[in-house]
Amino acid sequence: MSEKLFCNGGGCTAKLGPGALSRILSKLEKPKDRDPDLLVGFDSSDDAAVYRITDDIAVVQTLDFFPPLVEDPYIFGQIAATNALSDLYAMGATPKTALNIVSFPQTADLNVLGRILDGGNSVVLTAGAMLAGGHSIFDDTIKYGLSCMGTVHPDRMFQNNTPGIGDVLVLTKPLGTGIALSADRMGDCPGITYSHAIESMLTLNKSAFEALEGLNPHAVTDVTGFGLINHLLEMVGTEYAATVDSSRVPRLEHVLRLAKGFYITAAGERNRSFAADKVCFERVPFAMEELLFDPQTSGGLLISLSPEDADTLLERQPKASIIGRIERRNAPSQASITVF
Amino acid sequence: MRFDERGHACPQPVINVKKALAAISAQTEVEVLVDNQTAVENFRKFAAQMGWTFEQRPSDEQQTYIIHMVASPKCDCEAMDFAPTSGKVVILINSRLIGEGDPALGQVLMKSFLYALTEADRKPDEIIFMNSGAYLTTEGSESIDDLKLLASAGVSITTCGTCLNFYGLQDSLMVGSVSNMYSIVESLTDAGKVIRP
Repeated sequence: MSEKLFCNGGGCTAKLGPGALSRILSKLEKPKDRDPDLLVGFDSSDDAAVYRITDDIAVVQTLDFFPPLVEDPYIFGQIAATNALSDLYAMGATPKTALNIVSFPQTADLNVLGRILDGGNSVVLTAGAMLAGGHSIFDDTIKYGLSCMGTVHPDRMFQNNTPGIGDVLVLTKPLGTGIALSADRMGDCPGITYSHAIESMLTLNKSAFEALEGLNPHAVTDVTGFGLINHLLEMVGTEYAATVDSSRVPRLEHVLRLAKGFYITAAGERNRSFAADKVCFERVPFAMEELLFDPQTSGGLLISLSPEDADTLLERQPKASIIGRIERRNAPSQASITVF
Repeated sequence: MRFDERGHACPQPVINVKKALAAISAQTEVEVLVDNQTAVENFRKFAAQMGWTFEQRPSDEQQTYIIHMVASPKCDCEAMDFAPTSGKVVILINSRLIGEGDPALGQVLMKSFLYALTEADRKPDEIIFMNSGAYLTTEGSESIDDLKLLASAGVSITTCGTCLNFYGLQDSLMVGSVSNMYSIVESLTDAGKVIRP
């Protein structure tokens, strides 16, 4: 059976580092007259672009693709689609359509591609959206992902950088998928850790998004390749500061032991060097630091909301956890994130 | 010892070196060639964790970074194999709460303590639950999954039978076995270390 994918640091670990990216983006020419209906563009480094069509409807566009991170092509397709749709949920949008993005070697077995697309489509359908087209090219290596479109009422859109003072931070999925996959590539990942990592990556953020119904989250993002710390840094910006209680951060079984054994990723190291002195660790073990920098594929939602709303959210999402809180940043010298 | 780890993606270089040096018995000089700065940083962190010296040396070759470390076996075993203390480690839990103060906090701390145990490198040999600690091993406890995980990792979980009966929990035990004061006394006196959170 040749339907096995070759994996080499796939998933969101394949992402360019946040530092390299922001330097390049800052050099792009800006439009002279920024269309006011572009509610979210790349200048705010949010999860997706949002464009207002009418007072009631904005379209949300997003795009995500990466090389295989698991050997089973069907599961790879499922994870890629779950991950791509995640950005829509992070914006508060309901998925509507999706387009496939494919690169595939000329000599490879097309049945493999069929399995990948099959897996992706199954998730798009579960999300209540429809596959509406795509684009495929020949390339040396397999890559797959989707560009997804959803809609949201402009007043109900979740931004990633608008937390409130006194908010608590809720994380809806365990961390550690990067570490788990890294250990698995070397044949050293415990079975329970691996199977829970796969299960987590296959879980759409749909239910987490729906659990926010009737609540008023102030800021929402999904935790992916930049790791929890860097996504949280985007959330707090320069105005706010966050405190994280590392013992409350949900994590896959045994990932701290794996991190201690150095089953960590190059992307995690890039995430660490990007965050540099903006984060202050107070007596946090090394392995925990690594976990907080671990690049996630198809990670959970990170939600900033009032303590009252958080209680309701946790009743609806028992696996979610309050991991910290938001406060005012009093001085530029104050660390943006303090972890204890 | 010399390792050429060029062409290997992170964390393969560190893992390869770690595995090759797992059994050294004397101080060993290690030289590693890698082809990217991220791998260098990984070795810098690794050496710091292991208590090894770390030095990056200049290289004439393109795309090659040379790392020089002195590996010492002592730190090695501790960090890698978690040297066992002598005798059994027994954790004695006498209450459903940890510490005095607000019961809500005490409950959170206990849940978090048992969860942290599931991830500890060195697991205890036995956890004994007494008095209101019996609520932790019985129906309605938030820690059942964690305790089951510990049990499956070989930790013996025992709850005092007198306590179960006293609180009317004798039919609600969800994990581990029932014990009596004789076996509890034996466990505690035979233990190399007893921990009371």
